[in-house]
Amino acid sequence: MRTRLRKWSLWLGAAAFLALPRTSSAQLSTEQLNAWENAPTAVSHIGNLTGHAKDAAGDYRRYCVGCHGELGDGNGENAKWYEPPSFPKPRDFQLGIFKCRSTPSGTLPTDQDLFDTIARGMDRSTMPQWSTFTKQERADLVAWIKHFSPRWANEKPGDPIKIPPEPEVTPERIKAGREVFARVQCWKCHGVQGRANGPSAPTLTDDLGRPIAAYDFTEGSRPKCGDTDQDIYRIFMTGLDGTPMPSFADNIKPDEAWDLVFYLRTFMHQHSKEKEMAKQLNLKPIDPNAPAGQP
Amino acid sequence: MHAMRRLRIRNVAKFATSVSALSLILFSLVLTCSQPASALPAFARKYGLRCSACHESWPMLNYFGQKFKDNGYQLMNDRDAPIWQNPGYWPVVFRITPFWHRVSTGKVLVDTYSGGTAVGQAVQRISSSGFDLSGLDFHTGGTLEKNISFYLLPSSDPTGAFHFEQVFVRFDNIGHSPWFNFKLGRFELDNLLSEKRILTLTGNGGIYQTYHFIPQGDGNIFGQMGDNQLGIEYLGHSVDDRTRISASLVSSSDGNVNLSTTANAYTGFFAASQAFDAGRLGVQRIGFYAMAGEASTYYLTSGGIPILGSGIGNKGFTREGFVGQFYFGSHVGLTVVTQHGSDNAWFGQGYGNAEATDGNGGTTCTAAPCPPNNVPGTTLPVGSQAPSWNGVTFEGHYIYSPQLIFIGRYEVEKMSQQANGSGYNPAFTGANGLTGPTPSDFGNISTYTIGFRYNPFMTSRAGLAWHNEYNWLHQDGTGPSLGLSSANINTSEILLGLDFDF
Repeated sequence: MRTRLRKWSLWLGAAAFLALPRTSSAQLSTEQLNAWENAPTAVSHIGNLTGHAKDAAGDYRRYCVGCHGELGDGNGENAKWYEPPSFPKPRDFQLGIFKCRSTPSGTLPTDQDLFDTIARGMDRSTMPQWSTFTKQERADLVAWIKHFSPRWANEKPGDPIKIPPEPEVTPERIKAGREVFARVQCWKCHGVQGRANGPSAPTLTDDLGRPIAAYDFTEGSRPKCGDTDQDIYRIFMTGLDGTPMPSFADNIKPDEAWDLVFYLRTFMHQHSKEKEMAKQLNLKPIDPNAPAGQP
Repeated sequence: MHAMRRLRIRNVAKFATSVSALSLILFSLVLTCSQPASALPAFARKYGLRCSACHESWPMLNYFGQKFKDNGYQLMNDRDAPIWQNPGYWPVVFRITPFWHRVSTGKVLVDTYSGGTAVGQAVQRISSSGFDLSGLDFHTGGTLEKNISFYLLPSSDPTGAFHFEQVFVRFDNIGHSPWFNFKLGRFELDNLLSEKRILTLTGNGGIYQTYHFIPQGDGNIFGQMGDNQLGIEYLGHSVDDRTRISASLVSSSDGNVNLSTTANAYTGFFAASQAFDAGRLGVQRIGFYAMAGEASTYYLTSGGIPILGSGIGNKGFTREGFVGQFYFGSHVGLTVVTQHGSDNAWFGQGYGNAEATDGNGGTTCTAAPCPPNNVPGTTLPVGSQAPSWNGVTFEGHYIYSPQLIFIGRYEVEKMSQQANGSGYNPAFTGANGLTGPTPSDFGNISTYTIGFRYNPFMTSRAGLAWHNEYNWLHQDGTGPSLGLSSANINTSEILLGLDFDF
């Protein structure tokens, strides 16, 4: 009995031994394998944490590769099944272009921006909230993401924009925000009631020519880059790179940006004091055809 | 003649072993060269995530998978409602496991013959092997609407006879709060180490002994934490799932449908855990659970015929313990579950389970062993006491890659107080079938299981694991004593198979 068991153990061991060396490379081409083995020297800095790309390879392979692909090019096995605009395609990390940044339009995001995005996820996409990682693991993943694009070797991230303290919301500010909304023509994409049904909405595409939906403020989902007032303010001033949402940093003043935040809150599904005020003001949607200065 | 036959058999066996082993190696090579398949597991297909995103190794959940489950099988990305899916999407997965196994059971009482006539009995080890099949599971689950989730799992035994293994509807994130989730139906209790997601498949290694341990002769089958139970469950958790708390109220029927036995008796199960960020080691979690319930020891009869749903004479039982899930980097994990269990003395004497081998309970049982009934006037034998025990499960994993996991488990269950105490009449056989005071180690179990699961490919469309496992189980004193110095039993099983789902 014991001899037979030993024999079986030996055969099993041999079979496992033959199988083992192939497992890590079962789905990688030589080119891909080289990329995996040679690339990870990037680091990230999140507060006191230092992330190392080499320590994130396992997590990336387990959690991210199905969408973002072995090479970070957004061509994971599932990418082809996502049909924009309902399900945006996965981010191509090789381009080094990111929507959610604290840095000016066209610049690289900070490590903290990427760190926050991983935990926050991207609403209305299949990117979940990866808050289950430890902070160290997330920092390592940030470094891993950075190693895909040569931009990080040649450029430095932009300086985070300054967000002035949030003023007190008042009926006047909401009315002023309504004027900004009309002036910078937010309605063209987002619609006069924030329902993402503006005249340009059906034609929107991202930088890669793929259909993209404007944000519908009324449906109750969270804005992609965070749902605090500061997050919404930041979006106006940085834009969402790679999408038709531009930066308005040159068009509106910080005070006006806050007014716009307050006005947009009146569209949103969630209960807010801005909504209450708008109701008391009996605020009507803007009229795109009104003469200039009379929204 | 016999010697020649033995030699021939040995040669055939040797040849068969060599052929099987060579086949095994060839098979492993074929598996390693396999290309991604394209069938459709329900959740991975819906969200486009690979199996490894939610599972350490399918079906065992990792932390992210636990969070997904706690959110009601939702990523919480506003694309969870079925309206966002292609109309052709059907959330169903089939799972079945064809395998070969060899089971060796020690100290089986067998009849002995002489001249074609049974002359007595002897004790011997029985070893058997062959190809086999597990039951078939139809997993269907997902969302009916945003924040209303469901699960339906019709499951068959290997002969094709079906039952409802799991059925529930869950109302998730009530009031937009992850702290309010309610489930109704038949479901697994909130065990962090889930038996329904166990990675091993052998008869004894395919369950957690700690979740099912019942003292020898004990009639309380209702405290088995591993079985799916019928009831309601509240679960609350923090947004990142670091903190979890749950409470369930279930019928004391061990998950059996209809109010046939032990009606009017309920069991409560409470669990809470907290996870901690431990840097590169990973997220560590510790928690505890407590189960307290009652089950009837008799049900009413009319003209000797049992009246369904009339269980009375409720007696209590408890199970409690700690759980720890520890990670040592991304490759090594260890889960520990402890348990202290205690049953009322009536259960210890065999009362509780009213199901008789002939299908009749109560006083109508015609085939032994008939369940004892706590009819009015019944008294416990002198020396009867509440049985209690302690158990622990250690399960370690080495995750070579998301496609290959090595599993090792050790469990031990030790009686701390036997139902038949020292004052029990040495010449008396109780209703539990045990005679006299019971030795302190009687019924103790120790078992280990080792194995590995290898997924030759990993996609979001299908799963195939080459599964290899060995289990050994030892139980004290429960074998036939027939002139032997020890009645301890050792059982072992080796299993090689394919576990696949699509």
